[in-house]
Amino acid sequence: MAVRVRVPTPLRRFTAGVDEVPAEGASLKAVIDDLERRHPGIRERLLDDKGEIRRFVNIYLNGDDVRFLDQLNSKVKDGDDISIVPAIAGGR
Amino acid sequence: MSFVTNLKCRECGQDYPIKPLHVCETCFGPLEVIYDYAKIRAAVSRAAIEKRPHNLWRYRELLPAEGEPDIGPNSGFTPLVHAKRLGAELGLKNLYIKDDTVNHPTLSYKDRVVSVSIAKARDFGFQVVSCASTGNLATAVAAHAARAGLQCFIFMPEGVETGKIVGSTIYGAKVITIRGNYDDVNRLCSEIADKYGWAFVNINLRPYYTEGAKTFGFEVAEQLGWRLPDHIVVPTAGGTILPKVAKAFKEFKEVGLIKSGDFKIHTAQAAGSAPVIHALHKGVDLITPVKPNTIAKSIAIGNPADGFYVLRAVRDSGGWGEAATDAEIVDAIKLLAHTEGIFAEPAGGTTLAVTLKLLNQGRIKRDETIVVSITGNGYKTLEAVAGSIEQPSVIEARLKEFDALYERLVGGKRAAAGAA
Repeated sequence: MAVRVRVPTPLRRFTAGVDEVPAEGASLKAVIDDLERRHPGIRERLLDDKGEIRRFVNIYLNGDDVRFLDQLNSKVKDGDDISIVPAIAGGR
Repeated sequence: MSFVTNLKCRECGQDYPIKPLHVCETCFGPLEVIYDYAKIRAAVSRAAIEKRPHNLWRYRELLPAEGEPDIGPNSGFTPLVHAKRLGAELGLKNLYIKDDTVNHPTLSYKDRVVSVSIAKARDFGFQVVSCASTGNLATAVAAHAARAGLQCFIFMPEGVETGKIVGSTIYGAKVITIRGNYDDVNRLCSEIADKYGWAFVNINLRPYYTEGAKTFGFEVAEQLGWRLPDHIVVPTAGGTILPKVAKAFKEFKEVGLIKSGDFKIHTAQAAGSAPVIHALHKGVDLITPVKPNTIAKSIAIGNPADGFYVLRAVRDSGGWGEAATDAEIVDAIKLLAHTEGIFAEPAGGTTLAVTLKLLNQGRIKRDETIVVSITGNGYKTLEAVAGSIEQPSVIEARLKEFDALYERLVGGKRAAAGAA
């Protein structure tokens, strides 16, 4: 499954400054593993030492927070959009 | 002069310079402003602070702006009301309301955080300030930007009520509505902040923005006569204010403005958006996001960025938290208005409703000093209570009609009281 991943500024040093990169995988976890192969070091920024999504990282699959889906096991289809966003502080 | 030394990641401890940065490059943890407390201790005194103007900058040594700040010259130093009638109703002698319904100029606690972040935006030389908000944050940013002479863009999800758009546009802000939900708006704003180099008050200026929330706690301590309350109840939305009130109390001790004293800090959420309360009650650190559904829109954040720090501050202090249903929130808004003449937005109703629960649970003793944090004004959220207030009586313009109406309304009571 080929997807596009939007990368926030703090992670672009792993992607040579590029803000949107391709990746492949059938699940979010597989996509992150593929990102790590293409951009070594990026996985550690997204996942903690237990392999869970870090507390201050939000990952959206086609606009939905993956915490509402199946977390890292969320299924990914061809052409899906994945967006990585640091948590935003403050109220409304 | 500023006593700020650097920024530090709250998670992994990595140091960063004082720049418009907001997340750690290593772990995405939020960055925190670090001060030289030893120098501050030597520089501040109660007497010096007491002589200063009644605004939030009276605590300038413990805030991150440079020079003599002129943003928000009338913001902060809101009343700490000794709530005697509400206290009598509840059997409490030392109940206080910290009343940010009258914060200047936009009637919410957001005037504090926005004053500090816009002062900082000017320090950094930004020309444009911005935020994603439909409510208190938007109006505060728009108003303070106008006074600072900065350009302002406000981002909202499409479909928000006209009133919310007016509340920002009136100050000259450019309002942009996004086809999408709040998360979409926030994601876009992060990207715009990166690409356009604008100051988003709660994104790339977040470490400075959140420091402004400390002034709520500083004022409570000073207004109590330079001491800490036994209990303070603070609402949680994104999780900014509560940990910063706890930090404020600790800093006052650290720099010697307060000798000692322990406090318990409790939190309040609306039952329809209570991810932090769920985690607190389950005894876990992991906050599972929820999809908010409550009349308390200003605190309806289902995925609070700083929720973890709320949990930690509450637990460290020995405090607790509860959630209030929409009906309880409305009842508490009315109770506060009827007894103290203060009209709070639903976030304030939430906080008071939760205070009542904590009293009933015996977590707050009736002779202790209690501060209830009221962070926004009810005039902005009339729709939340409009359906549950007494409807007016309608009569013709004839005295006889009024006589008859008066008899129906209070006749029985008057007879019982034996009045003339």
